[in-house]
Amino acid sequence: MTYIAKPKLHHPSLTKNRVGFTRRDYEGKISTLCAGCGHDSISAAIIQACWELDIEPHRVAKLSGIGCSSKTPDYFLGNSHGFNTVHGRMPSVLTGAYLANRELIYLGVSGDGDSASIGLGQFAHVMRRGVNMTYIVENNGVYGLTKGQFSATADKGSKSKRGQVNNDAPIDLVTLALVMGATFVGRGFSGDKTQLVPLIKSALAHQGAAVIDVLSPCLAFNNHTGSTKSYDYVREHNEAVNRLDFWPPREEITADYGEGEVTDVRQHDGSVVRLRKLHADYDPTDRIRAMSYIQEHAARGEVVTGLLYVDVDSRDLHRQLGTVEQPLNTLGAGQLCPGTTALQKINASLR
Amino acid sequence: MQKIEAVNDFVVKFANINGSGSASANELFARAILRMGVPVSPRNIFPSNIQGLPTWFEVRVTEHGYLGRRGGVDMMVAMNPQTWDQDVREIDPGGYLFYDSSKAVPRSRLRDDIHVIGMPVTEICNDSYSDARERQLLKNILYIGALAQLLEIDSTEIEKLFSEQYHGKEKLLDANVKALNLGREYARQHLKPVALKVERRDAVGDKVFVDGNSAAALGCVYGGATVCAWYPITPSSSVAEAFMRYAQKLRVDPDTGQRRYAIVQAEDELASIGMVIGAGWNGARSFTATSGPGISLMTEFIGLAYFAEIPAVLINVQRGGPSTGMPTRTQQADILACAYASHGDTRHVLLFPEDPYECFEMSAQALDLAERLQTPIFVMTDLDIGMNQRLCRPFAWDDSQQYDRGKVMTREALDAGTDFGRYLDVDGDGIPYRTYPGTHPTKGGYFTRGSTKNAYAGYSEAGADYIYNMQRLLRKFETAKSLVPLPVLTAAKYPARFAAVYYGSTSPAMHEALDALAEQGIYINALRIRAFPFQNEIADFIAAHSKVFVLEQNLDGQLTTLLINEAGVNPASLIRVLHYDGTPITARFITREIAERVSRINVRPLREGMVA
Repeated sequence: MTYIAKPKLHHPSLTKNRVGFTRRDYEGKISTLCAGCGHDSISAAIIQACWELDIEPHRVAKLSGIGCSSKTPDYFLGNSHGFNTVHGRMPSVLTGAYLANRELIYLGVSGDGDSASIGLGQFAHVMRRGVNMTYIVENNGVYGLTKGQFSATADKGSKSKRGQVNNDAPIDLVTLALVMGATFVGRGFSGDKTQLVPLIKSALAHQGAAVIDVLSPCLAFNNHTGSTKSYDYVREHNEAVNRLDFWPPREEITADYGEGEVTDVRQHDGSVVRLRKLHADYDPTDRIRAMSYIQEHAARGEVVTGLLYVDVDSRDLHRQLGTVEQPLNTLGAGQLCPGTTALQKINASLR
Repeated sequence: MQKIEAVNDFVVKFANINGSGSASANELFARAILRMGVPVSPRNIFPSNIQGLPTWFEVRVTEHGYLGRRGGVDMMVAMNPQTWDQDVREIDPGGYLFYDSSKAVPRSRLRDDIHVIGMPVTEICNDSYSDARERQLLKNILYIGALAQLLEIDSTEIEKLFSEQYHGKEKLLDANVKALNLGREYARQHLKPVALKVERRDAVGDKVFVDGNSAAALGCVYGGATVCAWYPITPSSSVAEAFMRYAQKLRVDPDTGQRRYAIVQAEDELASIGMVIGAGWNGARSFTATSGPGISLMTEFIGLAYFAEIPAVLINVQRGGPSTGMPTRTQQADILACAYASHGDTRHVLLFPEDPYECFEMSAQALDLAERLQTPIFVMTDLDIGMNQRLCRPFAWDDSQQYDRGKVMTREALDAGTDFGRYLDVDGDGIPYRTYPGTHPTKGGYFTRGSTKNAYAGYSEAGADYIYNMQRLLRKFETAKSLVPLPVLTAAKYPARFAAVYYGSTSPAMHEALDALAEQGIYINALRIRAFPFQNEIADFIAAHSKVFVLEQNLDGQLTTLLINEAGVNPASLIRVLHYDGTPITARFITREIAERVSRINVRPLREGMVA
């Protein structure tokens, strides 16, 4: 069991953000995952991102499925409502929650078993609908809670801790999300917080289906030689296409940039993602190219990370449905019940 | 030869081919009689098919207002050669066969104990129309015209219905009126009169004529549902479609054109119930409509909603099971599957509407109950009510009525320091308080999960916490008894030692059967159960009678099992009367079955004035 480091060393003065919260206010219960688990680093990145974005913790709703990854929402944003749903079906519950109240920020947390195996269907469909959410897959290629079985993202030919070889073709959730219509697609690595935090921040600011596939090595069952989801393997094969800096709306961009091409992506809310290109020919607004780029590199055994695709003109589900601005869960009988007069008219039409 | 003679009390059955446009013509026939003030009860008996397979439409004309299926056929309108023999066989002796004589039918395929009325419908149609589609559609109107003439249905009522239907489409209107008159004229000149007649009455009153699925959808609009998630499945699809239709009319902000509702057609039933639960968790009233196979898929989620205590409404329009079963036939065969849906110890609240009126009322009520009890509520309708238009009381609503949003802890209450335990029984009724996500920056947040927890929603596998929670859920189910609709008693005219228990769509056939049995001197106290959990009144009622017939439209006697399990009634006192061939239960069936059993119990049917 790990104890998320909570020494004041990290923020000795307990700096408050603009909405009056310290970073610690974004923490949750003590993690019950194994020491060194990649998932805990992702929780820390989520905490960092939300604190830096000045999001009031209770304005976030955290939803997850079942598995190690799906336990993590208990370990961050302790004052937020969380919902640990059923295995592989978090996307539908999140969709319903989002329909009920469009004003909250929806964070879906899932794993590779939860999203690529049992939940592949819901993963695909939630991307199609434009649900406004940030969907983080904590991807370790293995079932942790049931002790080491392969998941559907395990690469063909990769070895389990017990030496079994995986013969099934892997599912690439990033490619699937692109095919299914997600409007923000990124991939990160739990071991690279400088990349992950701005990626999460940009995804939270995105209006539409944002998915981040985070490679998150499992120390207990999938960090050995022969695994393609180990810390060493991912570090060696990580091909980051860009480096991100996130600037909230109305904030002046102050950082100094050195050599290299820089692209600014402005999202609906006015926030800016500044991308420093690491690969000259990579354009994260070209969905088709992104897909072939990812596939080409995957064929070479490389793991492409960074902001892979963003559609700045995305429309979310509420806009597609034409629902009222006011959250549906706040509408009262006065706004919902057509009343007796209308009912009498209906009765008359049925005679 | 015997001749069935009847005024305002007979059954006409139409045998057609699916997809030929017959359904709307036959509905027109039923509506015209209704407009003459005579109640009708139509039933569509259709295949799981879009075009080409046999389909039937049965219209019961019933001045007494007996809206159940009667059984038997007085006149068959045989327009489908595929089912000819079976259709001819079904006619009661002395009844009538109306058929298309464009093609000769050998005597061997007719019967001598029925009256045969041949009309060359296709021939007339082909002589009058050249367009293929027109020929097909107007052929139906042509035979409706002939029937109107034979049965003395006022054709001005039909013309009025045409003008309502084809308002602004004068060409269509004219073509239909012309075809109607063509049929009438042929019948007047060439066909022998029949002894079945419709006479104008004033027996319909202010009743409305509507299908249960539309009624349930309207109930959801009135009951304040804002989220509907569904997956198409017969016979429930028209619930969501009607919700869409009504909401478009009644739930759009007049100033902005924006919608005060959201409908999502999900990828499957798992997703649709997931969305309903997500919305319910987040404080919106939400529902789904489905049928048996959908319920099977939803069971894991139903268990989550039960255990995590999240409001959800499921409208289950039951069809024939198990498995794919009989998708277009009716049954009450999901009672146990719904009452105990999901693994582990679960129990769910069920409501049993008898007709569209109660589909409306109970769907709206289910939304209140779901939030009050924080649990899934099942509205157990079926295909017979759901997909057939039924005459029923006009929908009613009390404008002063507020929605019961249940126990929701507010930001103010949290600020005032109220102790908040999500699963804490503070009132002794087993119902805890909940907070909506986003209520308070530092208080009232909790983690919802399907795993066990303590009263403050903290993860716990401690036996004491588990038992506290399960006992509280039992208390909550006990509380539900006082909230769900009470049973309705129909007392016999004379003191009776026999009783009957029935529910849902069996209601109209049961009422008719009670009258018929009383005429035979068999008196029965009848109790219509309207909900599960069962109130104590139900057990008391059963205990007060030596024998109780339980009428069900399933093979296993599922409600009987539930009564034995949950109401603690004496199994020996219950006699199952089961109808499960997929057709709606009939008064004739009930009367026969009960009369037989009564005589088998060795009690002779008695003269009026004595007690059976």
